[in-house]
Amino acid sequence: MTQIRLTTPLTDADVEKLRIGQQVLISGLIYTGRDAAHKRMVDLINAGKVNELPFDPKGQIIYYVGPSPTKPGRVVGSCGPTTSYRMDPYAPELYKLGLKASIGKGKRSPEVIEAMKEYKGVYFAAIGGAAALIAKSIKSAKVIAYPDLGAEAVHEFVVEDFPVVVVNDTLGGDLYQEGIKIYAVK
Amino acid sequence: MCQEANFNLGEDVMEAFKKGYEQEVSATGKEILQILIKNAEIAREEQVPMCQDCGYAVIFLELGQDVHIEGGDLYEAITEGVRKGYTDGYLRKSIVSHPLERKNTGDNTPPVIHTKIVPGENLKITLAPKGGGSENMSQIKMMKPADGVEGVKNFVIDVAKNAGPNPCPPVILGVGIGGTMEKAALLAKEALLREIGSKNEDPEMAKLEEELLEKVNNLGVGPQGLGGRTFALAVHIKTYAAHIASLPVAVNINCHAARHKEVIL
Repeated sequence: MTQIRLTTPLTDADVEKLRIGQQVLISGLIYTGRDAAHKRMVDLINAGKVNELPFDPKGQIIYYVGPSPTKPGRVVGSCGPTTSYRMDPYAPELYKLGLKASIGKGKRSPEVIEAMKEYKGVYFAAIGGAAALIAKSIKSAKVIAYPDLGAEAVHEFVVEDFPVVVVNDTLGGDLYQEGIKIYAVK
Repeated sequence: MCQEANFNLGEDVMEAFKKGYEQEVSATGKEILQILIKNAEIAREEQVPMCQDCGYAVIFLELGQDVHIEGGDLYEAITEGVRKGYTDGYLRKSIVSHPLERKNTGDNTPPVIHTKIVPGENLKITLAPKGGGSENMSQIKMMKPADGVEGVKNFVIDVAKNAGPNPCPPVILGVGIGGTMEKAALLAKEALLREIGSKNEDPEMAKLEEELLEKVNNLGVGPQGLGGRTFALAVHIKTYAAHIASLPVAVNINCHAARHKEVIL
């Protein structure tokens, strides 16, 4: 399978060339956020306080994860993806502000897939449950917002060759549907 | 116990990964199974959680009726154990004190405790940390007796289909049939504790398990939902007497991090 290397921040051109099923290795800064952090971020957007967001979404990647606590002497705890559909009510607002990709696991809603087509964004899947292994591609980690949320705080990760697969591309393709078409036994 | 369960994946699951790897027809699916084996090895060697979601601490107690516990409240002692295990072991605290107010309790308590009184003088404690992603894809349905076994099959397959990639396949499906609504749900969860690869004692249910396993794998969802024939590693069924009017069916999904740890005192 073709492997593509990407470094953040991403441009429209970076994501427009991606197609479902491609394996991508991501390097650079990525941001984390899950249920509670998304709610706070979208509340800020709706209140017109975009400048108070923990980071400017333009060109960035958000990783849906709540890491386990960091053991002494380590960079980060185990940190595999959480199920993405819970972020579906919030994701279109972030893509609209220029977010180029999200990383999670599991299906996205038609609204999110539409937003990715409209604002040129993609959705990557990381391997759910491979949390001890995934942690190895994270080179540094710090909390940049909402420390009161514990595991749900927004972290900034520096990653190197973080492995993901393209599930939804800017053309509206969906790897989950295509996979079933190939392997279902009629 | 909390730490051991989260760091050391059971041999039965590892064996099932290997068997899945042999049988999987999708190259991506094979690769994912290999990654999951590697992940479990890292977790064991480095004593870190195999999954960042260290789960809701679900505890099954089998209390011998000849046992007399002195010196305090047993449930409080278990809660303290969970608090200590999750704190000292750097395990993620994933519990909020109220489902609507949603404030994290900070120590992964309280646990969910199911107690059964049994003959004898032992106390058996089984801890089964349960991840939220797969729990969220579980369902229960109060079916009509007329729906019969076909209805049960269709429901299990629908639950699997609807879950798709979300519960971190390959999964284990625990199916509870019969009893009342809450009994069916509990049966489904208990069914998840059975060792993978073991046979159901009821030959009819053993056959049904095999048929359902083949059918859910033939959906083509595959490991992580990226296509393939290893959606489930096992289907486990538990049944109980039902009311003349009812056919409750519960499907509890467990992700591949099928963790449990048992001690007998």
